[in-house]
Amino acid sequence: MVEIRFHGRGGQGAVKGSDILAVAAFHEGKEVQAFPFFGVERRGAPVTAFTRISNEEIRIHCYIYDPDVLVILDPTLICAVPLSDGLKENGKIIINSMKEPSEFSFPDAKNPHVYTADCSSIAMKFGLGTQESPIINTTILGAVAKATGLVKIESVVKAIRERIPTRTEPNAQAAIEAFEQLHV
Amino acid sequence: MKKVLTGNFAAAYGATAAKVNVISAYPITPQTTIVEILSEIVADGELNAEFVKVESEHSALACCIGAQATGARTFTATSSQGLALMHELIHWAARARLPIIMVNVNRAMAPGWSIWADATDSISQRDTGWIQMYCENNQEVFDTVLMSYKISESESVMLPALINLDAFFLSHTSQVVDLYNEARIDQFLSKYDPKIKLDVDDPHAFGALTSPEHYYEFSYKMHEAQINAIRVIKEVGQEFGKIFGRTYDLTESYRCDDAELILVSYGTIAGTAKEAVDQMRNSGIVVGVLKIRYFRPFPTEDVIKALHPAKKVGVIDRAVSYGQSGPFFNEIRSTLYHESTPLYGFIAGLGGRDVSTHDIENMVDIMQNDPAQDLIWIGVKNVD
Amino acid sequence: MGKKQKNDQPVEFKSIKDMPDTPTSVGSMLVNKTSTWRSIRPVIIDEKCKRCMICWKYCPEPAIHPTDPPSVDYNYCKGCGICYEECPFDAIIIEQEGK
Repeated sequence: MVEIRFHGRGGQGAVKGSDILAVAAFHEGKEVQAFPFFGVERRGAPVTAFTRISNEEIRIHCYIYDPDVLVILDPTLICAVPLSDGLKENGKIIINSMKEPSEFSFPDAKNPHVYTADCSSIAMKFGLGTQESPIINTTILGAVAKATGLVKIESVVKAIRERIPTRTEPNAQAAIEAFEQLHV
Repeated sequence: MKKVLTGNFAAAYGATAAKVNVISAYPITPQTTIVEILSEIVADGELNAEFVKVESEHSALACCIGAQATGARTFTATSSQGLALMHELIHWAARARLPIIMVNVNRAMAPGWSIWADATDSISQRDTGWIQMYCENNQEVFDTVLMSYKISESESVMLPALINLDAFFLSHTSQVVDLYNEARIDQFLSKYDPKIKLDVDDPHAFGALTSPEHYYEFSYKMHEAQINAIRVIKEVGQEFGKIFGRTYDLTESYRCDDAELILVSYGTIAGTAKEAVDQMRNSGIVVGVLKIRYFRPFPTEDVIKALHPAKKVGVIDRAVSYGQSGPFFNEIRSTLYHESTPLYGFIAGLGGRDVSTHDIENMVDIMQNDPAQDLIWIGVKNVD
Repeated sequence: MGKKQKNDQPVEFKSIKDMPDTPTSVGSMLVNKTSTWRSIRPVIIDEKCKRCMICWKYCPEPAIHPTDPPSVDYNYCKGCGICYEECPFDAIIIEQEGK
């Protein structure tokens, strides 16, 4: 079982992102689970969401304390919340940032593999959200697919088409662009 | 057909698959999406049902009672404060022997104002005569809604049923759910056809004044129907398994046969406990889980049988009966009255507090090392 | 159950199995005539009656039938006197029962 924890801010779409990743894995025949940390979500407030992907039935129903993968939709959260808490050794961290991975440090994590993708710029290019608050959940899933190999980009696109009823194609294209831009 | 759905969608699709005739519900977090999706399904013409908008939960259940009395199949859903507001009519629906199906998203009672998981709301409805059950996952939610119509509408039962799912841990959690195919569902669940109903061509009076001459016997028959439900739940669970490949019973034993320690629980905590049991077995602790699906009727004989091999039994309750102990613990203690098994009553996860595999390992650690106790508060903070 | 009960005696069940699951009665008011509750009776005077049907509207039972002229159903009239009070034409008089 692979456990993925999303960190974002209200309005960025972390909860929907965790759901779309689950649907993508479902299309590849996996058992899945996706759920938010159930707060009273407000725009800008830190938001956490979870995805589990497994070959077997998923019976566990608690939060994810020791994730394999961290997806960080807003790098300013790295100072605000102890994000890398519990990340497994050699875990992967995907950050929405224009900076290089080497510019981030996670002293709590053992040998993390850090990836960055400028998802905000890609999302803006496809008109997702506004300049002040781009909606980057679908975009960063392209980067997650590339960095982790958990799901194919085709499955991500299929899941986006299923779960995003409006502006579907720009969302799909943004994910593909993030997938192509990320170097592993 | 398989889909990735939240527990609330699974509940709404269950009612749709059961081809209910009348839906009446009032929205309340975290049940709201059940009402939303059902109103859409009805508005889109995908389900030929009346969706009756009402001004409160009390009216929602009143509407279902009236509709069900005419011979319609009805569905409603609520949570917490809404369930409490229905209370008067919850008794009425049962004593009128109307097999209404209600989904309750288990949520804590206020104050403090809470929208998070806690079973105290449904436990408070224990003695109303409703069949009451708890779901572990979204597939079970969908399957149970379907099975419940068949169980409740059985001539020897004719009691309403309350299906509980944990707030957010199921209601807002996406999982893979098999929705089967419509023809096979129709084969499993035939039309509701009660022996007696409101009918202008054959008028009856309902709910009349009942003197001490008869009231007592009606109560006797209510209990008899609950006991009949034990057999019917098993039969329907078997038949469901033959058609759809998933067999259900009042309880589910997980690795109990050789277990020295058995944890008893319900709802999503039972799922997390199964995961914890696998981990603990890997480190040599011989532990199992008994999941209780039905709180009413209570599966006394099955519980005695399943717990018999255990040297110690622990019960995890996401609810408290204040001044006594956990409500499921109470049941288990009275069920095992004739056994000498040491019992541990754990309270965990109240008001949506997360219950992790680590918490469950902690409980087993207490069972291994400490004397038996009726009330152990797991994770309570700052108690001197 | 399900059949109309013709007898006018309270129903006794030989076995609890024959008893319905919930208090349900069939045509019970056909046998449960409430006329014995009455100590006075209203009588409609045809010549004074203007067919306004106010008595019919006000009768709480309802034991006045909208016939021409309106008629009192003495099987169910409990003798409350509301029709007498409300009739604007003094077309209803009250008689003592048992006379």
